[in-house]
Amino acid sequence: MGMSELSVTAGRAVEAALAAGAAAAEAYASRDSGREVRVHGGEVESLTAATQSGIGVRAWIGGRVGYAYGTDLSAPGVAAIAGRAAEAAAVADEDGFAAPPEPAPIEALAGLGDPSVAAWSTADAAELALTVERAALAADPRVAGVEQVFYADSAEQVAIASSTGLAGEYESSDCFAYLQALAAGEGGKETGLGFGLARGPAGLDPEAIGAEGAERATAMIGARKPASRSCPVVLDPTVAASFAGLIGGALGANAVQRGRSPFAGRLGEELASEALVLHDDGRDPAGPASAPFDGEGVPRRRTALIEGGRLRAFLFDTYTANREGGGVSTGNASRHGYRSQPTVATSNLIVGSGSLSFAELLGAAGEGVLVTDVAGLHSGVNPVTGVFSVGASGHAIRGGEPAEPLREFTIAGDLVSLLGAVEAAGAEARWVPFGGSVRTPPLLIGAMAVSGA
Amino acid sequence: MSDLLEPGVAERVLARALANGGRFAEVFAERRRGLAMAIDESRIESVQSGAEEGAGVRVVDGSTTYFAHVDGLDPADLERAADEAAAALRGERREPRPLRAAAPAPLAIEVRPENVPAERKAVLLRELDERARAQGGEIAQFTSSYAEARREVAIANSEGLLSGDDRTRTRIGAQAVARRGDAVETGAETLGAHRGFELLEDDPGQIAELAARKALTLLDAGPAPSGSMPVVVGGGFGGVLFHEMTGHGLEADHIQKGASVYVGKLGEQVAQPLLNAYDDGRLPHEWGSDAIDDEGAPTQKTQVIEDGRLTAYLYDRLTAERDGVASTGNGRRESFRHLPIPRMTNTYIAPGDAAPEAMIAELEQGFYAVSFAGGQVDPATGDFVFGVSEGYLIEGGKVTRPCRGATLVGNCLEALMAIDAVGDDFFMKTGICGKGGQKAPVGTGQGHVRVRTMTVGGTEL
Repeated sequence: MGMSELSVTAGRAVEAALAAGAAAAEAYASRDSGREVRVHGGEVESLTAATQSGIGVRAWIGGRVGYAYGTDLSAPGVAAIAGRAAEAAAVADEDGFAAPPEPAPIEALAGLGDPSVAAWSTADAAELALTVERAALAADPRVAGVEQVFYADSAEQVAIASSTGLAGEYESSDCFAYLQALAAGEGGKETGLGFGLARGPAGLDPEAIGAEGAERATAMIGARKPASRSCPVVLDPTVAASFAGLIGGALGANAVQRGRSPFAGRLGEELASEALVLHDDGRDPAGPASAPFDGEGVPRRRTALIEGGRLRAFLFDTYTANREGGGVSTGNASRHGYRSQPTVATSNLIVGSGSLSFAELLGAAGEGVLVTDVAGLHSGVNPVTGVFSVGASGHAIRGGEPAEPLREFTIAGDLVSLLGAVEAAGAEARWVPFGGSVRTPPLLIGAMAVSGA
Repeated sequence: MSDLLEPGVAERVLARALANGGRFAEVFAERRRGLAMAIDESRIESVQSGAEEGAGVRVVDGSTTYFAHVDGLDPADLERAADEAAAALRGERREPRPLRAAAPAPLAIEVRPENVPAERKAVLLRELDERARAQGGEIAQFTSSYAEARREVAIANSEGLLSGDDRTRTRIGAQAVARRGDAVETGAETLGAHRGFELLEDDPGQIAELAARKALTLLDAGPAPSGSMPVVVGGGFGGVLFHEMTGHGLEADHIQKGASVYVGKLGEQVAQPLLNAYDDGRLPHEWGSDAIDDEGAPTQKTQVIEDGRLTAYLYDRLTAERDGVASTGNGRRESFRHLPIPRMTNTYIAPGDAAPEAMIAELEQGFYAVSFAGGQVDPATGDFVFGVSEGYLIEGGKVTRPCRGATLVGNCLEALMAIDAVGDDFFMKTGICGKGGQKAPVGTGQGHVRVRTMTVGGTEL
């Protein structure tokens, strides 16, 4: 199916929903083809080739909204899905703010696709994954093995159409690889994650990915519990990204308007340190979540969330913008493919870089803890109150230098206080696939509760 | 057997899958249907209906699995998947064995959810909303969700297996937010089963009251303590403790890659003799139960710990083959778009003989984790973490004040050995487990369990 054919299917679904009794309708169709490679012990464990396509239809009957999705893109299949969307709308309650977006000019966005996704054979992709494993094993004799190297790429086409006259389509590609390296520790194993992400395999550096996993695993050998205390903490970019994602999630207008965000009612307040600058940017060509328009066809844009220490904005989709009373969507309606109806979420979060090198950041911390991994974010963070306590591992910082490895401890606090406690941002930022899609440098937090022995 | 996979079509697809060689081929066909809705701000919203169908074909050659999946169940779709899976192989054609149809009985569903009008489900959510808000004016927000899902699956393989299953799961969840001045707290509760709408005939509204009461109780909470101390874990979802601490480390893929602290521990004493634990995919109605696993193997009850000794690992087909044993019926996949991997079903610590009150009364100082929001483990290092959703201080043998924001951390082998009391108040709860990017419904269960020492991570230093 070609691009325009996907748009035709979306248009047909809108017509079918109107015919089934909807007053307004929108259809989001996607098609992607992708592959996955898993490698272990110098051999390819599995090769996956996948194609999938589907459509999601939103139907409005007055202020009632219903959603249906499916994989059957034949004419009768699409009509059945559209009919189910209208039926679903009849079950929902009236909500005066529910309405489809009006069309706005969509500016094309270059650089979302990489020809290497199509050009590389599956054998080339498998060789890349094998190279990651070899690089990890060669990096350090203490690397005892690699649990798995995982490589995936995909090329996606998206089309959207609505009864308000909205129509758009785009293509993008993405690619990532990661490994879990195993180091022989004292009486046990240590694990280390290495990863890379790009628009296509040509953008990945398999040697660097393997070396990162090896470095992280071997660095943990001999780790002990730290003493419980409050002290300066440096979050490496993978950990900073997780926290940026939690903060970005709490800045979504849906949570704010419904009183389920620690930031509700605090717009304009000076609650962050000047060292922390946070933007949402749905158009950064390097951002994995970038697209010309969001999950309901509204142009993506850049929004300053935290700047100059102040909370500058929340993130909106069309519904939450309407609810704000004449507000404007920030283009943050997000979908996880055709199966999910759009809801407010971050696109790419960009944490502003500072001027300190990583070594200078540790120097500024003096005596404290460097956190290189966190666990239990889905259970240890309350998104309504912002209170968190999560499992962590990393290193002691002594005299401004990284020292012995640490494990089995927690870092705890609350998200609002965390914003105020950021003392410095590092100079070197990277893209991290945790917390959504985040580009962040390491961050120095003035004080955090560390609980260990 | 459903109409998903005609035997003649299955044989043709398997033959095409082995056209370029391979020692094993399998086709997995699936039809998924679901309905979900929610109530928020006392309004029914997010009404969503889904229908997907497709198939995955895998060919195993040496130690490599070639897998392809497609949308659609027309013979042409299945053949396309077979051709794609076989495309990278270069060997001689192999012939699959003739199929012998097995007809395992699916778990019985009394009231098919799809036959219950959607309006009835909306009424149910309105009842939950009223019940929660009736708990007091401090309930500031209440949301509740309803979800039904049916998965019809058919599996055929080159060794002659042709089998299928028809699974229906129903689940409701309730989340309350309580507010008093600047204090905000949340409470959550769920009810789910491998059952139809009959699950909701017996006072489902009590989960709304429970969620609301949890949130109200926490309004009086203080900060959680920090440091090592004895911990008593509540029954039911407290079983996620065993799921994370031990269950994942027993999945044979982790074992075979040397990425589990339980490697080489079979037959060894890993817990006190008072501990017995099982994985059981056949428990009637339970959330993690199915008639067969996603490779067509009958589900079974596997004792993994007997009187404190480690007695079994959990296998899917390929890991069992590698160890020269039979699959334990733990080969599960999220959908036709995923490869099967060893997964838990319903995992639980069998009831012991301790009275929960006595376990607590014996402690001068400790922490009482009534329930968890979830947990996570790195099976290779054994490091785990659990987020406590409802926790209290234990002082002088008594449960005293509630605590907010506590997390438990520790290491599997130490913590498992440190379980020194198992309660007689057993029950099961539902969970959604994530592994390798795949979600699976799992049951967790236990009575109260006491761990002699664990690290509690709070903010009170």
